[in-house]
Amino acid sequence: MVRALDHHLRPEVKATPFCPGCGHGILLGLILRTIDALEWDIGEMLFVSGIGCAAWIPSPNYKADTLHTLHGRAVAFATGAKLANPALKVLVVSGDGDLASIGGNHLIHAARRGIDLTVVCANNQIYGMTGGQVAPTTPKGSRTATTADGNPYPPFDLCKLVKAAGATYVARGSVLRPYKLMDEIGKALTTPSFSFVEVLSPCPTQYGRRNRLDTPAAAMDEIRDRCRVRVEAGEAGSCAADMLFLGEYGDG
Amino acid sequence: MPYSTTPTGVPAGHRYMSGNEAAAEAAIAAGCRFYAGYPITPSSEIMENLAKLLPAHDGAFIQMEDEIGSISAVCGASWSGAKAMTATSGPGVSLMQECLGYAAFTETPLVVVDVQRAGPSTGQATKVGGGDIMTVKYGSHGDYQVVAFAPWSVAEMFSLTVEAFNAAEMLRVPAFVLAEEATGHLFERVDTPSEVRVYDRDYRPGEPPFDTPEPDGVPSMPRFGQGENLLVTGSTHNGPGFRKVEDPEVHDRLVRRLNRKVLARKAELCRYETHFVEDARLVVVANGFTARSALRAVKLARQAGLPVGMLRLITIWPFCREIVEEIAARDVRFLVPEMNLGQVADMVRAASSGRPVEALGQVNGKTIAPASILQAIEGIL
Repeated sequence: MVRALDHHLRPEVKATPFCPGCGHGILLGLILRTIDALEWDIGEMLFVSGIGCAAWIPSPNYKADTLHTLHGRAVAFATGAKLANPALKVLVVSGDGDLASIGGNHLIHAARRGIDLTVVCANNQIYGMTGGQVAPTTPKGSRTATTADGNPYPPFDLCKLVKAAGATYVARGSVLRPYKLMDEIGKALTTPSFSFVEVLSPCPTQYGRRNRLDTPAAAMDEIRDRCRVRVEAGEAGSCAADMLFLGEYGDG
Repeated sequence: MPYSTTPTGVPAGHRYMSGNEAAAEAAIAAGCRFYAGYPITPSSEIMENLAKLLPAHDGAFIQMEDEIGSISAVCGASWSGAKAMTATSGPGVSLMQECLGYAAFTETPLVVVDVQRAGPSTGQATKVGGGDIMTVKYGSHGDYQVVAFAPWSVAEMFSLTVEAFNAAEMLRVPAFVLAEEATGHLFERVDTPSEVRVYDRDYRPGEPPFDTPEPDGVPSMPRFGQGENLLVTGSTHNGPGFRKVEDPEVHDRLVRRLNRKVLARKAELCRYETHFVEDARLVVVANGFTARSALRAVKLARQAGLPVGMLRLITIWPFCREIVEEIAARDVRFLVPEMNLGQVADMVRAASSGRPVEALGQVNGKTIAPASILQAIEGIL
């Protein structure tokens, strides 16, 4: 299966940089499969990322133009690159801390403007690369390197935030539902305006081990258990406060 | 050749305009086709003018959410192939520092017009200052070089903005126009040219974008969308752009080349003017708007028979130490009037071979009057 993606990977790259059990490697592959499914020429694409684990999904792995920027600034760099060359198909791939904390202002303003960018936010609910500190997406009560007694604050609902800021296409997927996620990323890429896909991705190493989820399977189970498909959730009525809805966020 | 003489695309001839307007038109003349900025006094007129000019010249303009976003968008646009700039003032320059270091490290050509106001902090937002001399060179972490020119007139707001683009594109560095509120808001007559000499970035297909065989070389500058599969990163990288964050030799070689490529071309970059220095026993070293007052004071002192001369530094970075050393070889003293508390004076002191250097710092939000400089001259001689 991996060989099927060889043509999109730089031959110099020999191994994944991600920890065992990390979901980012799955996302790395799914983005490439989506591009193939769309029959896009990856050579016409520009991948922009910030700083953190997820920023290493495109850079240096993808054999395309890749711009590995500063912490939080990927969307602002992408805005300039797109405006200066509108022919580029620009995909930002970065993490939750990068896009929603230090870069949150750039994210909501890009959504407001509606410039044709797609942002894929790999949400592992933690600062992984720096050692497992609390993120603005960490569930309330979760233990992290900076919240030993549990996170006292609620997380952002990134999809609601970006939708409210004006994004045209918004969806939340998960690496546990790969085909659905490819469909969502594909729709985002073909939306001729600002689009956003949040991708829940397990981090057993930094998030899991502090929260009794330190096997890859346990970290995946936690995501599965916290997520509800949007239609079902609507039918179910009330949900737990930290429940996340999967699927598209329409105008309703 | 990367240099060519091209029509400016803006009206030529006798004009009556402000320094900020001149900087905006010069950007168009230099080939700038992207601007991202954020409102800040006293530079906003540059953005307002480019908001009108760029769409008319097939360029792109965007007002970003803050200065960090502005300089980031400028970096992204530069890699998309556009000559790109922003304009700001002290607080904006402070916010941009991380990305200025990124631009230096990734060798991204861009221009920043810093119309200086009275700092620190918000300071006196509408009043003149000259305290960003060190900020533009040393504001970001690590060792890197920039180019900075200090205009003293509206005419130089035009010509030095063009030169800033040329330096940025030639050397692949951030280049500054280190202006002051007094020059940005000054209206005076200028003769704008119908064509200017511009440098278009040097793309040499097949060459690595981040290294050269020479230890002081400027690599080929490709852009996105050319099929080069570029790898641009602010982490330490090798010639093709792969991260090499644990290799001491790669980091050492890269940091040294980024510095050497500018310093090796110092003779080409260093611009200055001397007035009456041949027999001078006191040399006034001034830059920017202050040099206008200094030249007036020096002429008045000469009329009174005092042996005084003047060195006007047009290039601030890289610092033209050699001309100071040359003058200091004679029996002279130095007087350095500036709208800060001795930032250029300290550099003159370091180059003056022990000759006495007196700083005349003024930080009251006003330009330095010729009378103040004349008084200081008379006090020394």
